Amino acid sequence: MTSPASASESAPHSDARNLPRTAVIVGGNRIPFGKAGGKYASASNQDMLTAAIDGLVARFGLAGRSVGAVAAGAVLKHSRDFSLTRESVLGSALSPSTPAYDLQLACGTGLEAAVQIAGKIALGQIDNGIAGGVDSASDAPIAVSEGLRKALLKANHAKTTPAKLRALASIRPVDLAPQSPRNTEPRTGLSMGEHQAITTKKWDISREAQDELAAASHHNLAAAWDNGFFDDLVTPFLGLARDQGLRPDTSVEKLAKLSPVFGKGEGATMTAGNSTPLSDGASVVFLAEQEWAQANNYPALAKVVDSEMAAVDYVSGDEGLLMAPAYAVPRMLARQGLTLADFDYYEIHEAFAGTVLSTLAAWESEDFARDRLGLDAPVGSIDRSKLNVNGSSLAVGHPFAATGGRIVASLAKQLHAAGPGTRGLISVCAAGGQGVVAILEAV
Amino acid sequence: MADLYTTITKNPFGKAVTSQLGLPQPSRLRRGRLMPTGPVVLGAIKGASVAADALEVLGQAHEQALVDAPGSRTEDENGRAQPPAYPGKVGALIVDASSATEIADLEQVRALVRPALKALEPSARLIIVGADVAADQGVEHSAITQALEGITRSLGKEMRKGGTANLVRIQRGVTGAALASTLSFLLEGRSAYVSGQPIVVGASESVCEVVNRPLEGQIVVVTGAARGIGAGIAETLARDGASIVAVDIPAAGDALAKVTNNLGGTALQLDITGPEAGQRIAEHVASRFGQQAKIYGIVHNAGITRDKLLANTDEQRWGSVLDVNLAAQLRINDVLLTPGLPGGLTDGGRIVGVASTSGIAGNRGQTNYAASKAGVIGVVHSLSGELNDREITVNAVAPGFIETEMTGKIPAATREFARRFNSVQQGGLPVDVAEAIGYFLDPASQAVSGQVLRVCGQSQIGA
Ligand SMILES: NC(=O)c1ccc[n+]([C@@H]2O[C@H](COP(=O)([O-])OP(=O)(O)OC[C@H]3O[C@@H](n4cnc5c(N)ncnc54)[C@H](O)[C@@H]3O)[C@@H](O)[C@H]2O)c1
Repeated sequence: MTSPASASESAPHSDARNLPRTAVIVGGNRIPFGKAGGKYASASNQDMLTAAIDGLVARFGLAGRSVGAVAAGAVLKHSRDFSLTRESVLGSALSPSTPAYDLQLACGTGLEAAVQIAGKIALGQIDNGIAGGVDSASDAPIAVSEGLRKALLKANHAKTTPAKLRALASIRPVDLAPQSPRNTEPRTGLSMGEHQAITTKKWDISREAQDELAAASHHNLAAAWDNGFFDDLVTPFLGLARDQGLRPDTSVEKLAKLSPVFGKGEGATMTAGNSTPLSDGASVVFLAEQEWAQANNYPALAKVVDSEMAAVDYVSGDEGLLMAPAYAVPRMLARQGLTLADFDYYEIHEAFAGTVLSTLAAWESEDFARDRLGLDAPVGSIDRSKLNVNGSSLAVGHPFAATGGRIVASLAKQLHAAGPGTRGLISVCAAGGQGVVAILEAV
Repeated sequence: MADLYTTITKNPFGKAVTSQLGLPQPSRLRRGRLMPTGPVVLGAIKGASVAADALEVLGQAHEQALVDAPGSRTEDENGRAQPPAYPGKVGALIVDASSATEIADLEQVRALVRPALKALEPSARLIIVGADVAADQGVEHSAITQALEGITRSLGKEMRKGGTANLVRIQRGVTGAALASTLSFLLEGRSAYVSGQPIVVGASESVCEVVNRPLEGQIVVVTGAARGIGAGIAETLARDGASIVAVDIPAAGDALAKVTNNLGGTALQLDITGPEAGQRIAEHVASRFGQQAKIYGIVHNAGITRDKLLANTDEQRWGSVLDVNLAAQLRINDVLLTPGLPGGLTDGGRIVGVASTSGIAGNRGQTNYAASKAGVIGVVHSLSGELNDREITVNAVAPGFIETEMTGKIPAATREFARRFNSVQQGGLPVDVAEAIGYFLDPASQAVSGQVLRVCGQSQIGA
């Protein structure tokens, strides 16, 4: 867990505001996120990451050019993909002289990749770069979990489509926990959903609140697609032009009919509807130094102001598995001299509706502030109409490492539309009790 | 697009022809920026010199054309009088008839063309230059003007082995420099699939040199660029140096990205029927190329068909075709023509539409499509005059049967008929449409505006 003391340990970072150069988000691209076993069933991580890069290259006229670095990763990796990003670059329209490397931070991979590229830019090591992530639940290394392996094999052997789907429907994100041959967190034996169920219960998050959040995610995403928000953020792939898991006509009533799948007994509230579906997809973000972008006629949507990581002791049960962002955000706010209310948009990754709501509840809690953060007052509450306004993972899907890039590009576009100086907060939880958060500000 | 075939299959004569075997093997057409192999020969009537001037501007050598006069004929072994013969194959014959004013002058056209016809190499060119005579310049002079068109169209049909015949009508005051880009286009392989067509060249003071990469550094927007003819246009214009902004609907984004990345342009996923389409194009250009940047040319290629007999056409089928093929480009033009708009169309720029032979001839089951494509022709006629002051030229191509994925899906017999029922006995390629568009876009074509050029191999349909 993160003790109150560790909050002050972050003080040495306090010069983060005075970085030598400013990294801005130029734009992004992703492929529509597919359902596991859906349109991308036979696409590899490399296929998807390459497609995402190529769409970005076309949007920004980068064909045959190189960028300072490409950083990306995947959570579920085949051993053959030891150099996934570089291989994807070589297969893309970028110049072969573009350096690339892999990184991995569970569901925080995509955001951390963007933060790293922004850091390299800010330090003057590179002028521009691409950050991204990709994951395939369909093309996952079978060795990852027994549950998945069995389900996939069953689906594979099934003769009819319904039988295949039945087999695949039995898979849960938890079946794909990284580096784990079992469908559990290696140190607790609990699945991610089971972990979240404990947290959800602890924060007394109601089923209705979770279903409302899930319905809003679908409705917001549907509206964003309808009004063309994704026209310059997404490039179709393999016949899929919109996110496959999107259910525009879902409702709280419909979601209420689903049976809980995580947690036990009376108090179980987490269903397939308010938990992220297993997904396939890839996303990339193009970042550049602000003046370089201007000189080379690239748009500057928003700058990367700051980022923070945190980790909690979920093993002993001291804190919930997905609660690290609740610690990272207050530390980052303090460093920046900002409060939780100082944002125009909030992007809190919807691993589960319960994760988002537990995090918000923690920030509103005096006890949490005092006992966990060592603060006199609660972190604060947010205007819910500013939360995940163009939909989030519950509706879009969550190909683990691809989620960060999706959020960064979408939020940067939203902020740019809202005008210079507007601010956005990103919060992404990750397996292993970790979290990555960041602040973007429109330029 | 199913422009011609419906008509053809319904036509009993067409059925007979399509079922016939043993049609002549079509020649492989000379394409690209390639001049004829054999010499260019020139014959001028009544001392006309503009064609010779244009060839000089192009740095293209020429030889004197032979003339078929009774005194110059020789008898062959059967005692038949033969016109004078060229010593070798001729690449192109240019007849400068721009000074012809009387019916008697037409005899000289005959006399110049006859000897050459026997000597033409494959993919040879026959180009007649005539005057573009206003109705008030006399009845006989007008008759001559029209007669030259009849001659050209007939010769197009007499040509063999991929040869073409075209007419250039020059307005008063046209210099060799103003004529050069048109002559260059017609001589080169770029005009492979253009035959039997008249092109009017006007007088213009600001004419640049004809060069190999005329669009170097110019921003050109191509709509519907993800596939088919649009992809061909983008590739060809990029070859000519243009920075391509490739536009297509978001759902075609992956194909669009491939096309774009192959030619090093930028992709803009956009439905051109959206109310903000013009604005989005301008914003894209301003943001990718700088606030000072301007579009040099826009090619309105995106188009759809929703074929049905009018008896079965509802407002949806009717409206969508008119919106995509016609209304959208009017709205986009309006926005891009706003003076001072960052990323708008520059003065001295180019607008090119894509019409269709269906828009000229009409087609059963394509009333909506023909309306839209004929509308594109109307736009050219009106807007070209309106934008004269800003030196923006407005032209259109009208493709016939072009080999694309779409026409590839037409039933074999119908397709075979459609692709053969023209003077070069084959379907055109997207690049043929693209080359004609490139000719309009060429800065050296400043004197060419208000034209609708058929790229149809002189298809028998829609004549
Ligand atoms: N192929 C032929 O023989 C032929 C003949 C005459 C004219 N044409 C014309 O040539 C043009 C291209 O034809 P093609 O054969 O390549 O057709 P195509 O269908 O292969 O390509 C048309 C492209 O336009 C795009 N498009 C359609 N609606 C759009 C919209 N609202 N916004 C943006 N893009 C849109 C499509 O996605 C597609 O990529 C059309 O205008 C067509 O009418 C074609």
